[in-house]
Amino acid sequence: MAGARVIPLHDPERDAARRARHVEVVPEPEQQQSATPDWERRLTDLLSFARRRIAGDYQIDEFGFDRDLTENVLMPPLKPLYEKWFRVETIGLNNIPTAGGALIVANHSGTVPLDALMTAYGIASEHPAHRPLRGLGADLVFRTPVLGALARKGGQTLACNADAERLLSSGELVGVWPEGFKGIGKPFKDRYKLQRFGRGGFVSAALKTGVPIIPVSIVGAEEIYPMIGDIKTLARLLGFPYFPVTPFFPLLGPLGAIPLPSKWYIEFGEPIRTDVFGENAADDPMLVFNLTDQVRETIQQTLYRLLTQRRNVFLG
Amino acid sequence: MTPKVVLVTGVSRFLGGHLAARFAANPDIERVLGVDTEPPPRDLLRRMGRAEFVRADIRNPLISKVISTANVDTVVHASVTASPAGPTGRTVMKEMNVIGTMQLLAACQKSPRVTKLVVKSTSAVYGSSSRDPAVFTEDMGPKDLPSSGYAKDAVEVEGYVRGFSRRRPDVDVTTLRFTNFIGPRIDTVLTRYFALPVVPTVLGYDARVQLLHSEDALAVLERATLHDLPGVYNVGGDGVLLLSQAIRRAGRLNLPVPSAAVPTVGGFFRSARLVDFSPDQMRFLNWGRVIDTTLLRKEFGFTPRWTTQQAFDDYVNGRGLKPLIDPETIDAAERGILDAAARFR
Repeated sequence: MAGARVIPLHDPERDAARRARHVEVVPEPEQQQSATPDWERRLTDLLSFARRRIAGDYQIDEFGFDRDLTENVLMPPLKPLYEKWFRVETIGLNNIPTAGGALIVANHSGTVPLDALMTAYGIASEHPAHRPLRGLGADLVFRTPVLGALARKGGQTLACNADAERLLSSGELVGVWPEGFKGIGKPFKDRYKLQRFGRGGFVSAALKTGVPIIPVSIVGAEEIYPMIGDIKTLARLLGFPYFPVTPFFPLLGPLGAIPLPSKWYIEFGEPIRTDVFGENAADDPMLVFNLTDQVRETIQQTLYRLLTQRRNVFLG
Repeated sequence: MTPKVVLVTGVSRFLGGHLAARFAANPDIERVLGVDTEPPPRDLLRRMGRAEFVRADIRNPLISKVISTANVDTVVHASVTASPAGPTGRTVMKEMNVIGTMQLLAACQKSPRVTKLVVKSTSAVYGSSSRDPAVFTEDMGPKDLPSSGYAKDAVEVEGYVRGFSRRRPDVDVTTLRFTNFIGPRIDTVLTRYFALPVVPTVLGYDARVQLLHSEDALAVLERATLHDLPGVYNVGGDGVLLLSQAIRRAGRLNLPVPSAAVPTVGGFFRSARLVDFSPDQMRFLNWGRVIDTTLLRKEFGFTPRWTTQQAFDDYVNGRGLKPLIDPETIDAAERGILDAAARFR
């Protein structure tokens, strides 16, 4: 915007004085866009955001999702990480419906759940409907101070069937990482090998609510913190599921906490319909197991395909 | 079926007293009896009009005589309470809640004329922890049973009520699980908490709080008494406030306290007679609690008039809580910065 100089039609000083008098009257957006520079509009947004926060004038939903905060504070810092550091490429975003409930099931990796954040950012920024992804997280997340509160404000909730079904039946886009800590905390030598998919609770939630399951394969996240060791004693002492050792952490201290800049691909697969199995499908354990396997196999095969297409971990 | 003779417990407190007043104003009800251990405050007694106050202790078998001689057909048990009468009142509160309920239920079981029982319970029976689902429905139970305090009392009270309804299947039993009350007139632990100039919260946590306007609470209790609506219902306003958001809406400052120091700070506030928090209430301020009110809407047939946010704002306005930072100052600051920015253009 700085290069495109706008030639003022009115005397700027008089204009400013007029604006000051009528500050409550919001000028029409088109007029404002042509007359005010970009930074000033951003300042206006920032100030009105600050005013809303000070006055507590915003809405949260029953899960604690604070849309105002997520869009203005939590999401923007992920932009450079998504665009510049990991250079994430999404494939098949059109498989996510623009409205209505859907369940996103993805592989989990990378020692720190950055893959969940990147998936959420990708959908929020690149999907035409800019849908927020409502992730289901482990109990540990919500027990941890600060992190737990932030996770709730960012739209996450506890991974349990009650919450999953409630979100899905109210038409939300829900994300699960069924491998859980087994997936995210697996050693580097096991990269891209899917772990057990929990007990298939996510499938029964989808069956009960009749929403499609969208298998998601994430390539690149395995290499951000190559975990070559696990200090079990320290993990037990701190109450963590694992204490990672990477080539740079804890050796280089905080420097070792910088993720390696691998090139990422996130592929959203064909939706698997769950509304074709009839009424009490969720009570049929065989069906649940089979569907769980189908989802798992789809993700695993897609991972292998993406890996053969990838020539370099960092360049893609 | 409109009841003929109604007995209300806990009439010296806000909810019981105003409920008795509403029944007294209803010409279809022949007689209204209000029971409590101490007489209601004068203005409340005046409001109660033709309702008769019986000074009786529900922990005492005497209550049975009251019920049978007055031919009571409907009992509204509104005395189960979360706020102890004083610094040493916690044991008394527990006795009133649990032993009182036992005695009252025993008396109801004895009297064949009793056909309806309405119990004011609390959503605290669901407990509060990080392992709980975000929203509780009526069929859920607590992950870990509350070990003490009001929540445990309420769990036990509900247990006795279930036992009673098994033994007297002819009696319609309505159990109402209320969220915390708020409003300009009611005085609870929470209303005193939000009125503190600096409000202590647990560092790193932000509880989801669902509230119910006290007038809605009265309307629900009244509806449960006048109609036959047996069952267990969650009762709460629409929507949720975060604790930090509520504190900002009240114009207070919050003081985050590390969770290790919470008992000490709680003890300080108790001995300073500002707010008396029990451990389960502190847990509530840590995790919060939200309940599902679909049954209330669909089956009970009641939609609260105030949402959580409206009820809270009504409380803030009604109490005349002055924000520490004037909203006009903020507006002026915003305008000032924008003007300065416009000049730089």
